[in-house]
Amino acid sequence: MGKTAKFDVLIIGAGPAGIAAAMAASEPGKCVGLVDENSAPGGQIYRALKGQIQNSISSQIKTLDDRGVIRFDGATVYDAPRPNTLSITKGGEFQTLEYEKLILAVGARELFLPFPGWTLPNVMGVGGLQALVKAGLDVKGKRIVVAGTGPLLLAVGDFLKKYGAEVLAIAEQAPIVNLLRFSTNLLSFSSKIGQGISLIGSVGTKIRPGTWVASASGTRALNSVILSNGKTTQELECDYLACAYGFVPNLELPLLLGCAVEDGFVQVDSTQQTSVQNVYCAGEPTGIGGIDLSTLEGTIAGYFANQNDCPTLVLKARDRWKLFSKKLDATFALRTELKELASPDTVVCRCEDVRMSQLVGWESSRAAKLQTRCGMGACQGRICGPATRFLLNWEHGTVRPPLIPVPLAGLETRTSAVIEQPEN
Amino acid sequence: MSEERIQLKINGLPVEVAQGTSVAAAILNSGRTSFRQSVDEESRGPVCGMGICFECRVSVNGHPHIRACMTTCEAGMEVITFG
Amino acid sequence: MGQNFDAIVVGGGIVGCACAYFLSRDLKRVLLIERGPIGGGSTAAGMGHVVVMDDSPAQFALTNYSQQLWMELYPQLNHACEPRMTGTMWVAADEEEFSHVEGKRDFYVKNGLPAEVLDTKSLEEAEPSLRKGLPGGLRIPQDSVIYPMAAAQWLLGQAQLRGCTVMLGQSVTKAKNGEATLQDGTVLSARYIVNSAGDHASSLTPEIKIEPRKGHLIITDRYPGYVNHQLVELGYLKSAHEMSQESVAFNAQPRATGQILLGSSRQFVGWNDEIDRALIAKMVKRAEEYLPSISQLSVIRTWVGFRATTSNKLPLIGFLPSDPKMLVAAGHEGLGITTSVATGMLIADLVAGRPSKIDRSPFAPTSGVAA
Repeated sequence: MGKTAKFDVLIIGAGPAGIAAAMAASEPGKCVGLVDENSAPGGQIYRALKGQIQNSISSQIKTLDDRGVIRFDGATVYDAPRPNTLSITKGGEFQTLEYEKLILAVGARELFLPFPGWTLPNVMGVGGLQALVKAGLDVKGKRIVVAGTGPLLLAVGDFLKKYGAEVLAIAEQAPIVNLLRFSTNLLSFSSKIGQGISLIGSVGTKIRPGTWVASASGTRALNSVILSNGKTTQELECDYLACAYGFVPNLELPLLLGCAVEDGFVQVDSTQQTSVQNVYCAGEPTGIGGIDLSTLEGTIAGYFANQNDCPTLVLKARDRWKLFSKKLDATFALRTELKELASPDTVVCRCEDVRMSQLVGWESSRAAKLQTRCGMGACQGRICGPATRFLLNWEHGTVRPPLIPVPLAGLETRTSAVIEQPEN
Repeated sequence: MSEERIQLKINGLPVEVAQGTSVAAAILNSGRTSFRQSVDEESRGPVCGMGICFECRVSVNGHPHIRACMTTCEAGMEVITFG
Repeated sequence: MGQNFDAIVVGGGIVGCACAYFLSRDLKRVLLIERGPIGGGSTAAGMGHVVVMDDSPAQFALTNYSQQLWMELYPQLNHACEPRMTGTMWVAADEEEFSHVEGKRDFYVKNGLPAEVLDTKSLEEAEPSLRKGLPGGLRIPQDSVIYPMAAAQWLLGQAQLRGCTVMLGQSVTKAKNGEATLQDGTVLSARYIVNSAGDHASSLTPEIKIEPRKGHLIITDRYPGYVNHQLVELGYLKSAHEMSQESVAFNAQPRATGQILLGSSRQFVGWNDEIDRALIAKMVKRAEEYLPSISQLSVIRTWVGFRATTSNKLPLIGFLPSDPKMLVAAGHEGLGITTSVATGMLIADLVAGRPSKIDRSPFAPTSGVAA
């Protein structure tokens, strides 16, 4: 087949939503592109070992390859320089991709909240530590405290144990009443039950509901953490702390494209289309809902972006899972004690080392940014932005190109790439 | 899964890892915890593990500010950590 | 009728903050009103290059005087203001440009400012990242760099210590005859009102003509030592002067953080605040002509701002002829960080009825300048 300069459907993110979207949107004669910044498709949840493709999605990826979907693995979107055009960087090279329809399946990242010692080496995210283990980190015999909130804590606790780690505790900040109510709710979502039971069986005895990390200490790296339940504290010596407070959506690309965002999530209609025509969004950026909801939303976005109707069954299932995600939100709502953990000299902006005491008193995130450099560093506020939103009720900052630091050469003018389309 | 081993250098010292290992994992496995020095000269290491936090920046083959978690080890690679 | 103030300063950019700083030395009841964050307008899009410019006698007098005032303030500034004596290196791209360097040096030296001509070799030694083989440059060691937003906040903070009050999140919709009307309808009265609304000054005082001139900035990650001076191409003035639709000049600044701040562009495109990718690309290309390896540096952010531009390239500083209670301190184009403090001093002198250290007449908002 020939060359193309324009994708009928371009999908950003090859996690559950992106793969589902590609499955629904690809058919003979259509040019579909799938871009992901990791070296292999799968996203965070299907992240396989050492850059490979996880077995559970390998047949889907093969189908996509067979249908001629063009994959851009290890490619990061960093700008939208013109209408219907994205700039990507891959292996140190830059190119632009044009599209008729765009599906944003850009996923979420973990929410990190500052507490004394959270900047010590070996204090990591929950998904963060898991990703590192999948990328080859050896945790055999390591003493690990898992903390924060949400179902991921159990899954990662179980995962780490399988890799030979000694999981000392799983500190879940949500109170036990919430967890019990939630487990009752699980009964109406049969596919989740088995999963839940098997996890509890593996690391269940380590779960401490209503408990959170008050501080971490160590000289050159983490040495111990102090867990608190508001009444008593306990110090645990450990090698790693995996701590995250759920997820926040990756809104940078949707915001750059002008998609309407409300209450922290991308607004979509029943076809998953955003406020920007021909731009669809699926998965966590529209509301944190997990893998099943992401898959359904991706499927819906894929169908509609490809101008096909979506089976009613799928639409109904999505709406059902939306309810589940609401229950998830209520169960793992963050307790107010977490707002008080940072001491005046605790770093909040890790890129610029801006401390809590410097951030108090500014009327907006922009005022604080201009005066203290909070959010001005390399991560462009991806870590401190959501944290200050929780701690200080600051609004979202503005998004300006590049979306991610790239070599200056990436800002030079480029004509759109012509893509060699494989034979169908 | 291929268990082919490759050699690279971290701070001038040879390190052997399985193919597909990320630079971040290789550094941690070699016993090092500090990847970079922060503005106030604190030691920092990886947090998010997925390219977002920029705490795991190291120098790779002479290029500074490279995210170790998003970089796969290659034979002969020269990695420098700080702090 | 609201409280009676000695002076109301409208606009909390660095010029307004400097006005508040100097006015509050003479007056008890000074109020500064700012609708956004302090230093959040043109100030936040300024490079913070404190530079003496030899463009015209009036501009030289103002920038030179203001730099002296900054130098007196530097020992007092807080850490966040990051004052650094980087000096300016005017870089010649070719022999033609280099042939003007000695004349320029003589002008600075004659006016009591150190200046030094560098040949190819000494330029390479002073700035190893510059392209090899450039004919040379002119070093003005007394020029410096500050962090504009923190400097604005510091000036205002000092004024507050002297009793100046600050109103944030309010904009002034009308100001005339010593009365300032806020957007919520409140009317405040004052003996003097200073319009330091920068690029928006014309909307408050329609008889002065100030146009927004858009500029783009690019900032990199930290590369300490990559450049040492504020590097400016000798063709910069030409670019700044062209009142054409669009111009680009090489201007690279070493921030105290080790980041490289890259300018500069000038465009008349109204208030369109979108990032113009084609223009950014031109700026990168221009920078590469001087710093060939800069394209490998990691860029963190690009942004835009608007310069307050007058038709004669000089700021308007003084009483409005039609309103004896109204002063203007606006229209500083690309030199507002440098000239802010001299502007504040001149405004305070005017209000106090004192003579100033420099001739104020070139900056008077007379009918000749007004639209």
